[in-house]
Amino acid sequence: MLEEDIASTNVGLDLLGQARWWLAYVGDIDGRSEDRLAYFRESGDFRNLLLVEQPNGNYADTIARQYLFDQWHVLLLAELATSRDARIAGIAAKALTEVRYHVERSSRWVIRLGDGTDLSHGRMQAAIDALWMYTGEMFAPDASERGLIDAGIAADVEALRVPWLADVRSVFAEATLTVPADSRMQGANGRGGKRGVHTEHLSHLLAEMQVLPRTHPDAHW
Amino acid sequence: MNLRNAGDDVARAVWTALGGVPDPEIPVVSIVELGIVRDVRCSDDECVVTLTLTYSGCPAMRVIESDVRSALARVTDRPLRIVTALTPPWSSDALAPEARRKLATAGIAPPGNVSRIVFQREAVRCPNCGSTRTEEIARFGSTACKAQYRCRDCLEPFDYFKPH
Repeated sequence: MLEEDIASTNVGLDLLGQARWWLAYVGDIDGRSEDRLAYFRESGDFRNLLLVEQPNGNYADTIARQYLFDQWHVLLLAELATSRDARIAGIAAKALTEVRYHVERSSRWVIRLGDGTDLSHGRMQAAIDALWMYTGEMFAPDASERGLIDAGIAADVEALRVPWLADVRSVFAEATLTVPADSRMQGANGRGGKRGVHTEHLSHLLAEMQVLPRTHPDAHW
Repeated sequence: MNLRNAGDDVARAVWTALGGVPDPEIPVVSIVELGIVRDVRCSDDECVVTLTLTYSGCPAMRVIESDVRSALARVTDRPLRIVTALTPPWSSDALAPEARRKLATAGIAPPGNVSRIVFQREAVRCPNCGSTRTEEIARFGSTACKAQYRCRDCLEPFDYFKPH
């Protein structure tokens, strides 16, 4: 498990680094620093997908969350890498090289646990079944995204649904896992994380992440 | 590597100094050999060094910047500006040939060529005994740029610099 502990940390580091590029870009537009954006926004101001704020749970839960996200992330970044906005395209192209590696790892774990023992198979299937409802949101653009999609700046996330499902079905087939029904992919109404409406888990994550800078504002290493 | 300013004595001295800055996590190679120094431009007013990152979250980046500052302070008194460039993304293909030799000597298997390994898994050569009967222990290792391998002949575990 030491190896996987290191792997999760490495993936986390990549994603933190990528988040910093995105936040720095937002900060250049609206004047707030990346630290301000990360540490001093309330949960309702965060626009992340509900999927990624779900708890770690057991290892199958962690891997299921990671895989469902990675498989979407890699498709999203490939689209963003062709954005008309050069800075978005640059960040996406950089991140893509890292995320390709992430999905390779998480998909292998889905297969290893799914096509493993009865216990690991059962836990992997249960994890997928529990998280599946959060996947619809990945393919539902909100009003602000639509304008950017039309302008060739943001990715048309609706178009990612078919290739994502194809990739997921192929991995699940090898993993001997059952793909939940499409109708269980919720979030198409656009009322979730993109509007700042979150599950309770985000507040717990933010409490841990934000407590230090909020207790000691402007502290530096 | 951009040598367009090589005629400029200061830029030349800066390149030489940067060649002496080791990567903090793999100190056998310099940051120039690692391929993360993209450009050096010196005017009468300042020197601008453009760096790129291996991985977005590489925790060594701050250390590298401060090492660059102290190395350059010894060769020029012009103000230094460090710019980070993401495009094009760094690839392990940017590793200089001498860097690959140095990695192997230090017990780290150098990366294969990225474009060649997209569809087939390459044989990773054990840096201890040269055998290609090796296997992956873990996709991630002690730093973002390495994976963990094991040799099935000499049985030694070793780091593999990931093709990226």
